[in-house]
Amino acid sequence: MSLRYLVGRVGLALLSLWGVTVLAFVVLRVIPGDPALLMAPVGASQADIAEIRTQFGLSGPIWLQYVAWLWGTARGRFGKSLWLQQDAIRVILERLPATLELALTALVLAVAGGILLGVLSILWRRTWFESATLGAGTLGISIPNFIWGLLFIVLFGALLRWLPISGRIAPDFEMAPLSGFLLIDTLLRRDPGAFGSVLAHLILPAVALALPLLAVVFRAVRSDLLTAVHEEYVVMERMKGVGELRIIFWRALKNALIPATTLVGVQFGFLIGGTVLIEAIFSWPGIGQLTLAAFQYRDFPLIQGIVVVYAVTVILTNFLVDLAYAFLNPRVRYA
Amino acid sequence: MAGVLIGVVLCAAAILAPWLTPHDPNRQDLSAIRQPPVWMDGAWDHPLGTDSLGRDLLSRLLWSARVAVTVALGATLCTAVIGTPVGLASGYFRGRLDTFLMRVVDVWMSIPAVLLAIALMAVLGVGLLKVILAIVLVDWTRFARVIRGEVLALREREFVEASRAIGLGPFRIMAEELLPNLVPLLIVLASLEMAIAVGVEALLSFVGLGVEAAVPSWGSMIAEGRGYLLVGWWGMTLPMLALVVTVVGFNLLGEGLRERLDPRLRTEAAR
Repeated sequence: MSLRYLVGRVGLALLSLWGVTVLAFVVLRVIPGDPALLMAPVGASQADIAEIRTQFGLSGPIWLQYVAWLWGTARGRFGKSLWLQQDAIRVILERLPATLELALTALVLAVAGGILLGVLSILWRRTWFESATLGAGTLGISIPNFIWGLLFIVLFGALLRWLPISGRIAPDFEMAPLSGFLLIDTLLRRDPGAFGSVLAHLILPAVALALPLLAVVFRAVRSDLLTAVHEEYVVMERMKGVGELRIIFWRALKNALIPATTLVGVQFGFLIGGTVLIEAIFSWPGIGQLTLAAFQYRDFPLIQGIVVVYAVTVILTNFLVDLAYAFLNPRVRYA
Repeated sequence: MAGVLIGVVLCAAAILAPWLTPHDPNRQDLSAIRQPPVWMDGAWDHPLGTDSLGRDLLSRLLWSARVAVTVALGATLCTAVIGTPVGLASGYFRGRLDTFLMRVVDVWMSIPAVLLAIALMAVLGVGLLKVILAIVLVDWTRFARVIRGEVLALREREFVEASRAIGLGPFRIMAEELLPNLVPLLIVLASLEMAIAVGVEALLSFVGLGVEAAVPSWGSMIAEGRGYLLVGWWGMTLPMLALVVTVVGFNLLGEGLRERLDPRLRTEAAR
């Protein structure tokens, strides 16, 4: 990986970040009407409105407002949440681990599940299993993840009652958070009961969140393997008498994983966006659950904070994925 | 092809909704709330039962198809109209314009789509046209990216070089040489976009930021049905089924078209 590539990639990440702050800033300003009036509670006096205007930097020339806002944002100061009456960034950071735990679990499920299904569908090609996975792939890609979530709630929560459908942990496990990632926290405390409870709460929302991405990974891995199994190096291995399972897992998969990596980077934005609805449906106490309420209350400091934090997560992931891609694929040159 | 069949049925339902439906979709009948469908001892007067305000579910499902079809066609047409020229210009001229446009796309895509759509609707306010606008603003990047990639490959081909050699200007080359070659890809992209548009509309209406409350939509029906799920599972399940069949249908249509129109793309099913 050349230094030039690295510098260019860091530049792009910073540029994206800057673009997002412009967007988040503009959203508040393009609303028809005065944002200060929108934020003001019903029956607020002129003095109250003037105070909101100064508090949120809504007076003075627009470029000066932007510079002031950017300076605040760079230090994570979005102001006080109007709805929760707390510092917006603190509310967001407190809840961020819950969202990340859910999103990362879903990501792992999607990648592992997608690769496994892709390999199996090639290994057992021209059988009923292949047709079944292809059909399932279409379903997985088509159906939005909030619909999966609702389906799971009806099926496993209401009808079969196998798994919990709201929250992160059963209320009888009281504990102060260490890292905020409950799977890790319960392990650190060596509390298998709590760990099981966390896992049970995590399964349904994580699977609902993972399914569309899982289907995408499955298709990518499958189509790459499908071309790979006819490549000369694979045919050669087969002639040497290497078993099909070994060929696919150790030879072909290695090459198939490279394009899948970039795909995951691009798709992660969709996955993390999915947390907004999945968290609302499963009462998951992360920032996604906060989002809809923040819009309802027109809580602009909180909204801007959420948008920026979400975007930072996506930009950071894409950055790491691109680095991994460059590391895995020596042919990458920065164009 | 199952996709074509689903598309035809959906369009027929949307166009014929006023004649097919037994009741006004918004007429409330508080004496007949949460009636079960006929196969669960319901009455034929309400073949699929009623919701918690006594509104006929079949009528509401059919009228919702109108929203779905309008959004699918409107949003797809507009995303194509915006995304295609951007992709064409970016891929054909390359250089600084390409770098600039693709950076804009990158920045745009770093805000999660769902979040951007919700934010836009919160700013714009509810309404059918606004839903379409929000979907277009979120999704034009998909067209721009894919078209650009294709144009990058096409512009190196001999026929484009020949057009340049005989002195055709860049805009004529784009309109007369490149665009016709993009049609198969555009058709495939469009049918996949329709599935996405229907899904996003349902999502927005589900959270109350979609079409107006007076307009029936699968998304808002799902949200309403969720409220009385334990007394009447059909209220949420039926609109969910309609939505699932529709998005799967559009996806099958896109996949089927891809195989027919562009055999090269067959192995790239993941895009």
